[in-house]
Amino acid sequence: MPLRDLYLLSPEISIVGVAFIIIMLDLWIERKGLLPILTIVLLGLPLGFTISLWGTEEQAFDGVLVVDTFSIFFKVLLIGVVTAVVIASQETAARFRRFQGEYYGLLLMATAGLMLMAATRELITIYLSLELSTLSAIALVAFFKDTRSTESGLKYLVLSGVSSAIMLYGMAMVLGVTGTSSLVEIAKAAPVSSLADNPALLLGVVFIVAGFGFKIASFPFQMWVPDVYQGAPTPVTAYLSVASKAAGFAVLLRVFYLAFGDFSSDWSMLFGVLAVISMSLGNFAAIFQTDIKRLLAYSTIAHAGYILIGLAAVASRVPGGEAFGPQGVLFYLTAYAFTNLGAFFVVIAIANKIGSETIDDFAGMSKRSPLLAGLLALCLVSLIGVPPAVGFWAKLYLFNAAVQADMVWLAIAGAINTAISAFYYLRVIKVMYLSPAPTEERVRLTPPIGLAVAMTTTGVLFFGIAPWFLLDFAIRATSGFPG
Amino acid sequence: MIELEYVLFLSAVLFSLGLFGVLARRNAVMILLAIELMLNAVNINLVAFTVYLSPDLLVGIIFAIFIITVAAAELALALAIVLRLYRTRSSVNVDEVNLMRW
Repeated sequence: MPLRDLYLLSPEISIVGVAFIIIMLDLWIERKGLLPILTIVLLGLPLGFTISLWGTEEQAFDGVLVVDTFSIFFKVLLIGVVTAVVIASQETAARFRRFQGEYYGLLLMATAGLMLMAATRELITIYLSLELSTLSAIALVAFFKDTRSTESGLKYLVLSGVSSAIMLYGMAMVLGVTGTSSLVEIAKAAPVSSLADNPALLLGVVFIVAGFGFKIASFPFQMWVPDVYQGAPTPVTAYLSVASKAAGFAVLLRVFYLAFGDFSSDWSMLFGVLAVISMSLGNFAAIFQTDIKRLLAYSTIAHAGYILIGLAAVASRVPGGEAFGPQGVLFYLTAYAFTNLGAFFVVIAIANKIGSETIDDFAGMSKRSPLLAGLLALCLVSLIGVPPAVGFWAKLYLFNAAVQADMVWLAIAGAINTAISAFYYLRVIKVMYLSPAPTEERVRLTPPIGLAVAMTTTGVLFFGIAPWFLLDFAIRATSGFPG
Repeated sequence: MIELEYVLFLSAVLFSLGLFGVLARRNAVMILLAIELMLNAVNINLVAFTVYLSPDLLVGIIFAIFIITVAAAELALALAIVLRLYRTRSSVNVDEVNLMRW
């Protein structure tokens, strides 16, 4: 039934439609300040469609598009993230003389790609949606057109090109071995019970991990992260660190549980090793950073490592039981979205005023703006994983999943890394609270970015005190998860 | 007819050459060409699998057509960025693109 199919695709259709409307309106509207407001109002449309689909378990377009609670969970998360980023972008975008409409349009296009990534069961569509989001993101990274931004754009482009070529090679191998591009059919057609028995399939799986590893910023495709995060406009950095990671993990979960679920004992160890390397590498490199954006970039790599624990802990699912691993991943991604967006928004609010992103320039921020310093401290504490912030519960669930899956070494590695990470997060807090301020000049919070900061930090505190609201959604989203 | 193994070998060689080009070339445009080489190696693979293994299922060939299309879009974006790079530095040598280092 084609009309029903279109309705199931309506969140993506409407968000692309909104993107086009914003780009068109940019040509007529003189007061560019209206554009973000219109974007946020119109974003209610895809959000409404998405929420109206909650509870449906259907497929459309011959099983290419799948609408289930899992994909809707991610769609709501992604629309929420893009809304917050649009609010926080206002001051940054106001600095462009032209192309403000394109800026918001590209953000929405990237979101459309990521939403589709979370909602598909077919290799060609995975590739296309991945490229839709990546190409939009590249254009956004290079949006400032100065030397730094261009350099970031080039690095992002080359590395994304290489990683997607490697991923495609892997997909071609899988397609050759199984003769189909549908994830469900791949699981049925896989000729062997262990990856070690079929080198072509093994090569395919490893190469596909490489492609998604780029999206989630995990080892061995992490080297683009610091440079791109530093050079890109800060709201875009915030968006990339949260949204593309979330969708990347959604598609990883989907591909590996659905298509390669029979080989879980093979890839669970692979993800476990990647998790440990990612978090150690990210945490150690972050210790030496002087730029707050680079620090958060390395912390992003470390967090990709923590979340990979949830993928490695696949054995925590007993048949008919709860899927602790995927639940933990979904919970962590949401918690991380609130926390990391909050941290980045505070950095934007401060950097817009003091014109610097060096950690030392944040000295004495507790005097210059007690509120902003306190909120940044809250977000950093949540990134460490200290109660009552939401980051504590997120880490707890993931480490619990590792223990349930008899991978205690993974939980221990995570705990050690958490201790290491506390060092550099706390250093930022120390500089803000204990170092003397260079000037007494106050740093004021302006309304649009203040709203974005308030939204995210409220989430950090609220879900930190009452995590079961979020956990309930995560459990429901993974309940129909293929075991 | 040529065996499938030879075609796969050709594509593996092309893919490796492309990867080597990305790592070894210093000119941004040549790096982009090397990426294209990698993508085309994948296309050869996809078409070969379709022709040799499942001639009645066209999914591999459709995949290849999509890859060609996306590669064109990617290249358009890439050239825009390279052009911007040339305007800001009058060079497209990637060794000089090193403002940010850890």
